[in-house]
Amino acid sequence: MPVWQQLFDGLKSEAFMIVAVAEESRGGEHARQWIEQAGAQYWCLIDTEHRVADLYGMVNVPQAVWIDEAGRIVRPPENAGSTDHFRLMDRTTRTLAPEHQAARLATRTAYLDAVRDWVLTGRHALPADAASSRLPRITPDIALAQAHFRLGVWLRRHGNAGEGDAHLAEASRLHPDSWNMWRQAADLDEVGKASGEAFWQRVQALGEKPYYPPPEV
Amino acid sequence: MAIVLTEQGQMTLAATNGLWLSASDAERATGWTLKPEGMCQEDVCVPLPVRDGRVDVAAFWQLLDRPVVSDAAGETWVLGAGAEQRSAALAGLMAPDFTLPDLAGVPHTLSALRGRKVFLCTWASW
Repeated sequence: MPVWQQLFDGLKSEAFMIVAVAEESRGGEHARQWIEQAGAQYWCLIDTEHRVADLYGMVNVPQAVWIDEAGRIVRPPENAGSTDHFRLMDRTTRTLAPEHQAARLATRTAYLDAVRDWVLTGRHALPADAASSRLPRITPDIALAQAHFRLGVWLRRHGNAGEGDAHLAEASRLHPDSWNMWRQAADLDEVGKASGEAFWQRVQALGEKPYYPPPEV
Repeated sequence: MAIVLTEQGQMTLAATNGLWLSASDAERATGWTLKPEGMCQEDVCVPLPVRDGRVDVAAFWQLLDRPVVSDAAGETWVLGAGAEQRSAALAGLMAPDFTLPDLAGVPHTLSALRGRKVFLCTWASW
């Protein structure tokens, strides 16, 4: 979030807005400290039902969509500059080798530079056919998963954790590519669990597949 | 009474035997209108059995190939969007609109930002 505020600071005179959506089923209070620490002056919205992920076919955070002045998608959902270097982290000391830290920072900087470049010059916006070819495919299983997820979150919020968790588990079974669904369910079960042992096992099971597919900007 | 979560939001409706609703409640929940031909929206009608002026909205939703799920007690329902609906909305490349609150509870609507470029990004605390 602080990097988005830096981006925003540099583009204040442009016709531009950042809309940062917190996929946060526990509610806004869990997002508040990050928003306040970042001094965010752009829109910071709270999405307890993960509606934006549902509408745009997003599966992880951070993901971003670029939308032009006419409301048209010029870059469909993609990883917003994160890298898989965290998989190389020493998990006992929670440290990352300096060269990996540097590579991670370089990738994120390049992505944010591309956003800035787009706002100022229009570069990096994809033509319609290229944008269309990168749209996520929404299958009937994914649509059903979204319904189970929404019900699971609702039941959890209304004191029916047992049944809620069953619907959240069914959502993840139907839509295994959604880290959002799986990690949100883990977090609802217990804060911290979304990055606990089961998370690392799930990441390991990816093998050669990326957790954050590199943005192709 | 049943709580129904729809694309339009959450509503509390007088449901019987699952999700059998009166014609007016069925319209509120689905956006489709009960007519002699069935449940209708614009030029399309889907034939459907009607009992005492009530319709089985869960069965109707399944006929439309859209997801419907409920809790075991049948007290809370989700009438979800279909895969085709979501795909069609994205295929036109117009950014699907939404309204969400900020930390103070003030609602913000994406389409209010027309005329500006928007970097729409997601994040989470978890």
